[in-house]
Amino acid sequence: MNTIRIIAARELRGYFATPLAYVFTVIFLVLAGFLTFSVGGFYERGQADLTSFFGFHPWLYLILIPAISMRLWAEERKSGSIELLMTLPVTMVQAVLGKFLAAWAFTSVALALTFPMWITVNYLGNPDNGVIFTAYIGSLLMAGGFLAIGACISAANRNQVVAFIITIVICFVFLLIGFQPALDFFSGWVPQAVIDAIASLSFLTHFNSLSKGVLDLRDIVYFLLVIGAWLYANTIVLDMKKAD
Amino acid sequence: MIRANALSKHYGSLVAVDNLSFQVQSGEVLGFLGPNGAGKTTTMRMFAGFVPPTSGSAEICGYSMEKQPTEAKRLLGYLPEGAPAYGEMTPRDFLAFIARIRGLSQLEAAERCDDVIERLNLAAVLDQSIDTLSKGFKRRVGIAQAILHDPPVLLMDEPTDGLDPNQKHEVRRLIQSMATDKIIVISTHILEEVDAVCNRAVIISQGRIVADETPAALINRSRYHNAVTLKLDSKAEFDSIGKKLQKVAGVEHIEANDKTVTVTAFPAPGASILQAISDLATSENWPLEQLKLESGRLDEVFRTITTGGNDA
Repeated sequence: MNTIRIIAARELRGYFATPLAYVFTVIFLVLAGFLTFSVGGFYERGQADLTSFFGFHPWLYLILIPAISMRLWAEERKSGSIELLMTLPVTMVQAVLGKFLAAWAFTSVALALTFPMWITVNYLGNPDNGVIFTAYIGSLLMAGGFLAIGACISAANRNQVVAFIITIVICFVFLLIGFQPALDFFSGWVPQAVIDAIASLSFLTHFNSLSKGVLDLRDIVYFLLVIGAWLYANTIVLDMKKAD
Repeated sequence: MIRANALSKHYGSLVAVDNLSFQVQSGEVLGFLGPNGAGKTTTMRMFAGFVPPTSGSAEICGYSMEKQPTEAKRLLGYLPEGAPAYGEMTPRDFLAFIARIRGLSQLEAAERCDDVIERLNLAAVLDQSIDTLSKGFKRRVGIAQAILHDPPVLLMDEPTDGLDPNQKHEVRRLIQSMATDKIIVISTHILEEVDAVCNRAVIISQGRIVADETPAALINRSRYHNAVTLKLDSKAEFDSIGKKLQKVAGVEHIEANDKTVTVTAFPAPGASILQAISDLATSENWPLEQLKLESGRLDEVFRTITTGGNDA
């Protein structure tokens, strides 16, 4: 546990040693605000909730999370520091978890910095803060899912740009299989049970219910399983590819 | 003691390391030599637990690198090839990170960090990011990292690569100062280094051990061992001196080089020819600029061994 913390702390400090962290945070906050007010019609809706804010999170993460995750392992492999890390008395699982938790902690900081949104909506009306809290939890879990996918892909590639693009594609598929227009395309000629099964694997399906304030254990377990599965894949990929 | 048990590594059909077995005892400084691509780095990586062997095993003080990697890695200090580090960190932060992850207490960490910073002269660059350091400093940060926890086993892949002659000297002194109670393995292709710091030399070629002896014994293998080289003042008597040398008792053959005006006389196996030649030179008053007893040439031995003796 202690080892994981040491790795995560080093990693997290690394984010703030370069402008990357600041640029990411600013872009995330600006985009989140812009989409909520201009595209989402926050004022026009005339309702004291953050639906128009959380509704854009899956699509924001789709572009921004791969930008964080792409360097996780690709950078280590390129600079050779992976050889150092893997020859320290550290297990593969500790290294994978440490790096993932650092990235997740960083995104949660960026997410927490959207708090003015919460203040605004509370100033303007009387929103259900329970719903907002649940939606934040859902958003954080979804970010973790994206990050775990990205971490695994980053371990498989030495090139950050390639890792970025492949991660976007895979994340996009995970979103699309729960996106209503995409599902409509299949309805009619694919059995409904299959469509439901596929849709139930989507980030979107599980995030939508959480963002509506439905705190269902199954949604939380789903995201934790996704994270676990991709991180497990990460250790396997790393074991195979670390010395290539 | 560290031990390689029939260690092999195959990359597809390429055999990088082929059935390597040897052990190194405490107090030994082993120079691991070989041409580029001979399997030095792969072997080091298998010992360090970075690359899993295709077959066989590496053992660090009784711990198998395959089965008990964490215990084995604790006993190991390792400088990977190219001395990689986290470039955005400063040497101070980097060493503090290594100390923490190696489980040193705060007091130990502070003491050990001060010690390696002094030993490797890092004080001037402590707060500069590693990315901005010169190659020599980067290498020294890598060495500092490897010896930080005072490990009983030290593996260094080309520790003096990229250092200037003064720094090389410093690093060699450092290695010598640690040599008494540690197992040290350094891989290198710099032959003088083996002569300077190692008490055992293992030469590998195409993944196999082709020589394993002391550097002195290795030098004795040279055909130049105990040969005598004469450098003459002028070319006037060059040919006649050559002919006379040929007749000296114990001289097997001579090689003359008229560009440098030198003649080298090679002794028959076991024969000593220095006295006879210097006596002859004095009595006949040869125009000598220099008369030298060759101790042997390591690079020539290296070449002979690693190319299968066809290219001496």
